[in-house]
Amino acid sequence: MISELFLSGIIVWLAGAAASLALWRRPAAARRVSCAAALAGSLLDLAASAAAIFSGTSTVIGLPFGNPVFSWAIRLDPLSAYFNLTLAVLAAAVSLYSFGYLREMEGCRNLGAFGFFYNLLLPSLALVFTASNAFFFLVAWEAMALSAFCLISFEHEKEKTRHAGVLFFIMSHAGTGLLLIAFLLLASAGGSLDFANFHLLASQMPPLEQGAVFLLFLFGFGVKAGLVPVHIWLPEAHPVAPSNISALMSGIVIKTGIYGMARVFFDFYGPPPLWMGTVVLGLGVVSALLGVLYALMEHDLKRLLAWHSIENIGIILMGFGAALMFRSLGQPNLAALALIAALYHTFNHAIFKGLLFLGAGSVVQATHTRNMEKMGGLIRRMPVTALCFLVGAVAISGLPPLNGFVSEWLTYQALLAGFGTTQSLTRLMFPIAGALLALTAALAAACFVKAFAIPFLALARSDEAAQAREASPSMRAGMAVLAVGCAALGLGATWFVRVFDPITQQALGIRASSALVMARGWALSPGTAHGGTISTAGIALLFLLAGAAFALPLAMRWRRCSVTGPAWDCGQPGLTADNEYTATAFSKPLRMIFSALYRPRREIQAEYEVSPYYPSAIRFENEIEPTFVMRIYVPLWERVMAAANRMKGIQAGSINLYLAYIFIALILLLLFGVRG
Amino acid sequence: MNEQMITRLIENATQLFLLLALAPLVTGVIRTLKARLQTRRGPSIFQPYRDLLKLFRKGMVIPETASWIFAATPWVVFFSTILAGLMIPMVAAVAPFGLLGDALAVIYLLGLGRFFLALSGLDTGSSFGGLGSSREMTISALAEPAMMLAIFTVAIGAGSTGLTEIAGVAIGQNWRFLAPAQMFAFAALALVLIAETGRIPVDNPATHLELTMIHEAMILEYSGPYLALVEWAASIKQLVLMTLLINCFWPVGLQTAWSGFGALQGIGWLLAKLLFLSCAIVLIETANAKLRLFRVPELLAVAFTLGSLALVSTFLF
Repeated sequence: MISELFLSGIIVWLAGAAASLALWRRPAAARRVSCAAALAGSLLDLAASAAAIFSGTSTVIGLPFGNPVFSWAIRLDPLSAYFNLTLAVLAAAVSLYSFGYLREMEGCRNLGAFGFFYNLLLPSLALVFTASNAFFFLVAWEAMALSAFCLISFEHEKEKTRHAGVLFFIMSHAGTGLLLIAFLLLASAGGSLDFANFHLLASQMPPLEQGAVFLLFLFGFGVKAGLVPVHIWLPEAHPVAPSNISALMSGIVIKTGIYGMARVFFDFYGPPPLWMGTVVLGLGVVSALLGVLYALMEHDLKRLLAWHSIENIGIILMGFGAALMFRSLGQPNLAALALIAALYHTFNHAIFKGLLFLGAGSVVQATHTRNMEKMGGLIRRMPVTALCFLVGAVAISGLPPLNGFVSEWLTYQALLAGFGTTQSLTRLMFPIAGALLALTAALAAACFVKAFAIPFLALARSDEAAQAREASPSMRAGMAVLAVGCAALGLGATWFVRVFDPITQQALGIRASSALVMARGWALSPGTAHGGTISTAGIALLFLLAGAAFALPLAMRWRRCSVTGPAWDCGQPGLTADNEYTATAFSKPLRMIFSALYRPRREIQAEYEVSPYYPSAIRFENEIEPTFVMRIYVPLWERVMAAANRMKGIQAGSINLYLAYIFIALILLLLFGVRG
Repeated sequence: MNEQMITRLIENATQLFLLLALAPLVTGVIRTLKARLQTRRGPSIFQPYRDLLKLFRKGMVIPETASWIFAATPWVVFFSTILAGLMIPMVAAVAPFGLLGDALAVIYLLGLGRFFLALSGLDTGSSFGGLGSSREMTISALAEPAMMLAIFTVAIGAGSTGLTEIAGVAIGQNWRFLAPAQMFAFAALALVLIAETGRIPVDNPATHLELTMIHEAMILEYSGPYLALVEWAASIKQLVLMTLLINCFWPVGLQTAWSGFGALQGIGWLLAKLLFLSCAIVLIETANAKLRLFRVPELLAVAFTLGSLALVSTFLF
């Protein structure tokens, strides 16, 4: 049953890809067919992964080709099923949204090609999550990277898009290179490429090799996940892609990195040495904090969201890091709690970040700009988009009662519990990480006040914003599905945690959910004896009751004695959009407080005729230094180029010389072979 | 069973009543004490009640630039603050809504209110509102890590983030607040309290037309009943944070359970401790000038350092 559902999902996707390529001369048909196929495939995948999770078993699907070494083996175990579920929910909503979103491109772009790569990306993601052979995994991984690359570069006539696409391509392949080495090291130790054979294998290697494999995997998958310092492609590539693709990229493509880490850390490794967890936790904290700090400085709506993906990957890694440390410290119950927190946040982030990118897509399509400073007042023109975006903003800020709050709360609880697990100074890491998580969450809230208020509230800052039109029904439906998802994952937390039982059972041998659920399913606790509890459903219920009992009747009564008038604004008449606080102004205090990090540079040029106090035109420019690019990547690039220049001499263009090289290489290889 | 439910209901109602009724009084007492210390007569301690009553009776002006966010915000702020207030132990160590949320939920519920308040500041398009929102979000973000460290310290001591458990453990050891970890955490949380409630030296609650204002700038466009709700919520938030501070660190008089006479005794102690803390706030407010906005991070860095010291002290001493 499960395997038929899963395979038919893949086939529907692939058929959709072929069909939309065949229909490339008829854009309207290509759009409908590709979106319908993507939606149908997602729903099939949803059914398969939900069934797989609730059955709690692993389903092995053998494809009728391949050979024992390079086998095309698919295994839908609980961890794979969970990531597939995430993919399916997000892809279904995004595909629904794409029906309306792609309509605007019908005349001017090749929707056949778009539908092809779109319907190729989804099955390759599903296969990345389920491949159980390193060779097959890397094939799916490459298919995913290539289709993602083509989708990112879809608007390739823009210089910036091409640049971002190539950056993604290079970084992605550098990451794949690391993975390849890691897999080969594992395979040479185990004698097979099968994941089943890798189970706990990494822990049996000598310490040095074990550490090297760990770091290779961490950074190899980290590139895709957007881990600082290998994150630089992410804020470039996510914004330039069409917005439905940005939603998939941020929602699920970067999660393949998280999946890979989960697979390696909790399947290939047994209890790891303590330093590994420490490294992951530390990198998580750094990613979370830097992600949000750079997000605060953005006024490109989509870039802002992209930086937040780095932040959230950091939060997920904090959970992973804590789980690894608990495994080393012999605390499987706490490890289960931390793992649940991380995986819960993975799902949540897919939902709310998908929602936010879809909302941003609607806004960008309506206003034809990504610059927040040119938006404003959209809540009146686009009420549904605004409401959905607000739900996403509250969720990502980790505010109760939505889903972001639940997973951040679980992360706090895991970190807090860590303090008592060891006597060494390492234990200080846990509460400090918790405090920095609090800082991250609070800064994220500040950032989303900006990201919601500047585009949606107050007066329109440009003509295009003033004439914006609400998104089409299917786009609204796609966003609404995800908004409802944010609420459901928040309010139904005690129900949803049961999903993790088979995963923790598989990874740690523990079913943790019954310890987490209290008060007949109304409250969530960290599973320790006297832990604090939260009840998002209870909070939401009280809000609704209070709203219905007091807020509505009183608001109706007060409305009768209220008048609408111009804003008071401390008595200044004539409020215009020029008076409004801008996104740049909003984040100015933080720009000054963290100026050591940002190294802001600003330039003001004023033109005047009579006196400098009456300028006729002012040009203002403000930018911050992209520290990582300038400090790490530019010097690295220069080194590489210098080395290449020095090696240029051996490539003289003479055939005889090249033949000599080949001959020498052959001799060396023969000698090597004889000796080995 | 039934009797127990009635008792629980009475407890919840009492705490709700205390929150609603006591909050303006605390604000009034602080104002009057401050005036006396500055050799002014000052208004009656009941003046905030009169202000609220008057505002509730008035009509209001809704800015034409505002959206539904502006109308929803007072309710969100009011309800989330009340809900947070019901999650803390006030009279007895049992928090009425302890099951609904722990210390972290209290912080995040207050955060929810702040989020919407900041949105409403930007909603009207007035630049004062935006200025207030920007500063409020900045300062609260910087205050958060110190607050979290202090709460972690307390929670580690009690083995739980549940406030009922924390207060229960605190009652058992009445002199524990003299322990270094507790003193450092108390100091950190006290600094955060000053920042979060918008008091000098971070913000001046008495200003209404200054470029230095923060909280007042955000709510500048509110009038009538909505202003009353927002002001009321602000004083409830102050009461919640003050109660949190005194009951977690200094649980003298906190009852182990609700009972007729004991509850009255508990309320008496609560009032006495609140008065004491108010006096301390008044002294700080009078002795200090308001800090320049960009000096506030330094104050909060001090709070963070104190929080870290508290954490280290939990196992050093």
